[in-house]
Amino acid sequence: MNHHIVPLKIYFAIFAALMAGTALTVWAAFQDFGEFNTLVAVVIAVVKAALVVLFFMHVKYSDKLIWVFASAGFIWLIILFAFTLMDPMTRDWLPVGAPLPM
Amino acid sequence: MKEESAATVNYLNCDYSIRSWLLTVDHKRIGIMYLLAVTVFFLIGGIMATLFRFELSTAAGDLVTAETYNKLFTLHGVVMVFFFLIPSVPAVLGNFVLPLAIGAKDVAFPKLNLLSWYVFMIGGGITLFVALTGGLDTGWTFYTPYSSTYATTDVLSAAIGVFITGFSSILTGLNFLVTIHKMRAPGMTWMRMPLFVWALYATSLIMVLATPVLAITVALLAVERATGIGIFDPALGGDPVLFQHMFWFYSHPAVYIMILPSMGVISELVATFCRRRIFGYSFVAASSIAIAVIGFFVWGHHLFLSTQSVYAGMVFSFLSFLVAVPSAVKTFNWTATMYKSSVSWQSPMLYVMGFMGLFLVGGLTGVVLATLGLDVHMHDTYFVVAHFHYIMVGGVLMGYLGGLHYWWPKITGRMYSEAWAKVSALLVFVGFNLTFMPQFILGYLGMPRRYYAYPPEWQTLNVLSSAGASVLGVGYLIPVIYLLWSLRHGKPAPANPWGGKGLEWTIASPPTPHNFEKPVIVTEGAYAYGEGGHGHG
Repeated sequence: MNHHIVPLKIYFAIFAALMAGTALTVWAAFQDFGEFNTLVAVVIAVVKAALVVLFFMHVKYSDKLIWVFASAGFIWLIILFAFTLMDPMTRDWLPVGAPLPM
Repeated sequence: MKEESAATVNYLNCDYSIRSWLLTVDHKRIGIMYLLAVTVFFLIGGIMATLFRFELSTAAGDLVTAETYNKLFTLHGVVMVFFFLIPSVPAVLGNFVLPLAIGAKDVAFPKLNLLSWYVFMIGGGITLFVALTGGLDTGWTFYTPYSSTYATTDVLSAAIGVFITGFSSILTGLNFLVTIHKMRAPGMTWMRMPLFVWALYATSLIMVLATPVLAITVALLAVERATGIGIFDPALGGDPVLFQHMFWFYSHPAVYIMILPSMGVISELVATFCRRRIFGYSFVAASSIAIAVIGFFVWGHHLFLSTQSVYAGMVFSFLSFLVAVPSAVKTFNWTATMYKSSVSWQSPMLYVMGFMGLFLVGGLTGVVLATLGLDVHMHDTYFVVAHFHYIMVGGVLMGYLGGLHYWWPKITGRMYSEAWAKVSALLVFVGFNLTFMPQFILGYLGMPRRYYAYPPEWQTLNVLSSAGASVLGVGYLIPVIYLLWSLRHGKPAPANPWGGKGLEWTIASPPTPHNFEKPVIVTEGAYAYGEGGHGHG
């Protein structure tokens, strides 16, 4: 059982970082990064989630078994995203308004 | 064998009040509460199946309307998948046996265990409420855009019911993982664990890693239906195929949530009734984990004809073939264990033989369906219906019934009628094949699934299938009768009626409230039947 006591200032620092991340998300939503729009939003979200998992959920101070299970969650998320994206990224998309192939 | 005194206090007679059951944190009692719940759900799902098999006895749609037929097969699927097949082996047999098998007094989080039962009942209650208030007609797969845009039935309530039930599954999986990691008796190393425990471990991994995605998927469906925000509806900027990807990311591994624990049961039964350590123990243990992991990379084989790209289809087709490898490892090793052993043909072993036959047919037809080109012909036909019933009903139910018969003396302290148990095993096997073998042919001939009427030339095969379903129904009903009968009239069970080597057989039948009266120390691996493999427990 882990009894690591985290100083309050770390919690406040992480909270401030999360708020900054939220502000960054709102700002990024109004910018046009072209095809990177989604990627930017996902990267900010992953960083914020990692901060919550590492500090608020104490994974940073936990033993290796907890690390394995916490990492598994992220790895499985990557499996979901990667193998789902494999489909639309390799589809034969027709341009909007194009005639249907005969 | 050590005969236990019937006068000792056990987990059943320690307190008879209803309150003591409803507030129990004893894993054994929670297992029994799950047993009662899933039996009721199985009965409800079975009634739906009986009704639509009646409808399919004639070519014309003459018993129920098309809309009612849609509701019947939808509720059959939803109830059987989410409220029977997924919880049956892990939540009933797993809850009862797991702590006993590893020498623990309970699971790691007993209160969480009780919570998971209540969450399950709430989810099930909401879904049954939908059945009573107009039904659901989307099919158990809830495919969009029909479910999100066009269906007029209460999709939202059903989605909420399934969403809630998913949390029950997550809680059970989490509980089992922590229990297996932290609660094993001294000396119970990973490679000494019974294979049923390995199977429950692999199952729990899937429950924890996959079920949240189902929750997210049905939540997004509910959000789109309730608010009109475009997620799956193309008219709103969504993608209906995204729903299928997310749904099958959970629902394909869910098949392994169903079959893996049954495979674990089969390993226990083969070892006990062949009086042998399972051949290739470490490979059978590792194959459970391999099935759990590889099972996450194959979901796209459900989308070959759903506008999924050909490239993705090829990748998913190839990966799907890989699941056959660890499945075959298990089947070959069970067979090798039986080879030249002195098999004891008691009723649980008959269920093992049934499992092997039905799972083999289900598994091999799965390879057929995973083949990209062949699936174009077979997709959404009765061939698919037959295939997944061979796995999910033939395989899972044979394992569940085999396990229930095997552990029944431990659960209740009573022996059942061996003769009736053999009759029932035979009826289930014959009835099952008569029901679903004709469906392979119907599917190959092109009969699509989910239709309430069909051309007259397919009537003979459909009548055969409906007749088989009647035999199957009787085969399922008989155990209910003789198992209930055994509670009052069965002979008292000894501690170890089958000569098993698991820790659960070293304690009284039924066990005391805290399972083990003395600290357990494990000094040998599972299935230690001695040299030559003919030792008796």
